[in-house]
Amino acid sequence: MFLLAMGIACGMLLMTSLLGPKRKFADKMEPFECGESQLVSPHQRFSVKFYLVAVLFVLFDIEAIFFFPWAILFRRLGMFGFIEMLLFILILGIGLLYVWKRGGLDWE
Amino acid sequence: MLEDSVPLSHYLMLSATLFVIGIVGVLIRRNVIVVFMSIEIMLNAVNISLIAFDNYMNLSNGQIFSFMVICVAAAEVSVGLAIIIAVHRNKPTVNLDEFNLLKW
Amino acid sequence: MEPILAPESIDLIALAPVIVLSVFAMMVLVLDLWGGRNKTLLVFISLVGLLMTAISAFAKHPLPAYSFNDSYIVDHLSLFFICIFTLSSALTILLSVEYNEREDIRAGEYYALILFCTVGMILLASSTDMIMIFLGIEIVSICLYVLTGIRRNDHRSNEAALKYFLLGAFATGFLLYGMTLVYGSTGSTNLFKIAEFIQNPSAQSNPLLLMGLVLLIIGLGFKVASAPFHMWAPDVYQGAPTPVTAFMAVGPKAAAFAAFFRVFAEAFPEMSPSWETLLSIIAVLSMFVGNLGAIMQTNIKRMLAFSSISHAGYILIAIIAKSSLGSSALLFYMLSYTFMTFGAFGIVIILGRKGEENLEIENYSGLAYKHPIIALSMTIFLLSLGGLPPFAGFVAKFYIFSAAIQEGLLTLVIIAVLNSAISFYYYLKVVVFMYMKESEAEFKISLTPMTLFVILIGVIGTINLGIFPNTIIALASH
Repeated sequence: MFLLAMGIACGMLLMTSLLGPKRKFADKMEPFECGESQLVSPHQRFSVKFYLVAVLFVLFDIEAIFFFPWAILFRRLGMFGFIEMLLFILILGIGLLYVWKRGGLDWE
Repeated sequence: MLEDSVPLSHYLMLSATLFVIGIVGVLIRRNVIVVFMSIEIMLNAVNISLIAFDNYMNLSNGQIFSFMVICVAAAEVSVGLAIIIAVHRNKPTVNLDEFNLLKW
Repeated sequence: MEPILAPESIDLIALAPVIVLSVFAMMVLVLDLWGGRNKTLLVFISLVGLLMTAISAFAKHPLPAYSFNDSYIVDHLSLFFICIFTLSSALTILLSVEYNEREDIRAGEYYALILFCTVGMILLASSTDMIMIFLGIEIVSICLYVLTGIRRNDHRSNEAALKYFLLGAFATGFLLYGMTLVYGSTGSTNLFKIAEFIQNPSAQSNPLLLMGLVLLIIGLGFKVASAPFHMWAPDVYQGAPTPVTAFMAVGPKAAAFAAFFRVFAEAFPEMSPSWETLLSIIAVLSMFVGNLGAIMQTNIKRMLAFSSISHAGYILIAIIAKSSLGSSALLFYMLSYTFMTFGAFGIVIILGRKGEENLEIENYSGLAYKHPIIALSMTIFLLSLGGLPPFAGFVAKFYIFSAAIQEGLLTLVIIAVLNSAISFYYYLKVVVFMYMKESEAEFKISLTPMTLFVILIGVIGTINLGIFPNTIIALASH
């Protein structure tokens, strides 16, 4: 089990470094800070489009807290807990489908 | 141990203080966003006392409760911000006193 | 290791109405993505879903049944409430179809939100755990914030949604803090365990517990729009789309009362002296504020909002009475209130015009000469709201008052009767406008089959419950 996990992790790292396209230019070499430049005035305005992304992020991010207690008690909750969690993910998936089709993820 | 060093009452005082700060913020500030943030402070004050009770009484319900509170708060944030943006689109202000179409 | 949840503590059949309705709500949400502009299918699916929910609620035998470690209960109270909720949501959807066309509300989410809101209401009426009650209240409130503001381009709708949201979230804070203090001082969130714990008299005088109770009353009192926590109600009722206003006045309010009843009659019966006084004050204040406020109003939606505040006062008396007679009086009142309110708001919708116009009481002048049947049904609803025999409102009030007298709450009953008399002033004012004034303008009435159907149901329900109340009373007093 452990070897399989290690294998998948290392394999994925290896594959991306081998297969992924690599193009280097100045912007890409800067430290990454959420797509913002490093040195700007803090009082500048930014697009309201960020707001929708932020709200969606908060929602789907927070839902993840329910995975932690489940993961800790995974064995003791057994099959019932597993199916419950699958249902939970399915419901989240419906939410994602809704957001996607409504155009919540389109930037332009 | 944590329990030995800090008594429960300190946590409760902290929580109550934060809660009151939240209430005062809601009552005296006129900026919609600040009022909204004050409400969030109130919810988080509740979380503190829930966790403190759990820790001192060796219970677990409160932790589940605080999970629910966090989640619901997130849902409220998204709906609330959406409402504020929708309002702002029609009336570019965030001052609560300017919303006087309906008798307040 | 042994599993944590004993399998027998999880009873999914008991939970059937919640599951069925959630599935239907998600179905509506997803189908709308491909549905285009025609919402007929969504309306149909929503109505089928509500019907299935009501049927599935009766799947569980024998009663009462418990699920999820006693945090969910199926008993006669919750069954009756589920019927009221599904009925009120179905009536709302029927009222909405034509209204949405007129006001250009094209969001299919509207129907999904009403269904999700109903899920929350069912949870509220059936949960016996404070965590679940909190979740139920929040599901209901969040759906309502969005529904209130769904006319995105209208300033009044915007403003109502903003006010409702800010004050609602504020009240949620109080409710939560109250629940936390109760939890901290009793060590449990389960209502039955709390009741067990406070049988010990020394536990009852814990200041944390008393503080928690007060905060709980504030939080729940806000959700049922009782004075002095009613400030939001008139604004929100006026600004929200009219079908949503009717919905808010019935469904979520009934759900909050169900939670009120569960918390105070099941968890804190031992401490009744300490909360009865407080609730009595709130009830009296609600009646006076509601009735005196309604007299001043010129807008019919605001007037009905104040009237609903005063009705919250009457219903609180049933909760204070807390006997089995009190609970059946509560149920009967909620059912008859559903018929009267939906009927009255149905007529407000018929007479309203695009952009929420034509809602002043003056606009009703001379209605009786042009449209006698509509004026007559409005008169029936208003007189029933006031509590005149032989309509449902009279029996409902009578029932509450007799429950209260049995518990020795004579002063409260006298104040309530006095208030009923005051309330006739403003209900009759509308009737006088309809029958005794000359009409100023032409009536442009949008008579449509679905709205008429709702009004017909309202008339039949109001008269039927008023003349033959026995069947429903028997059902309510199980």
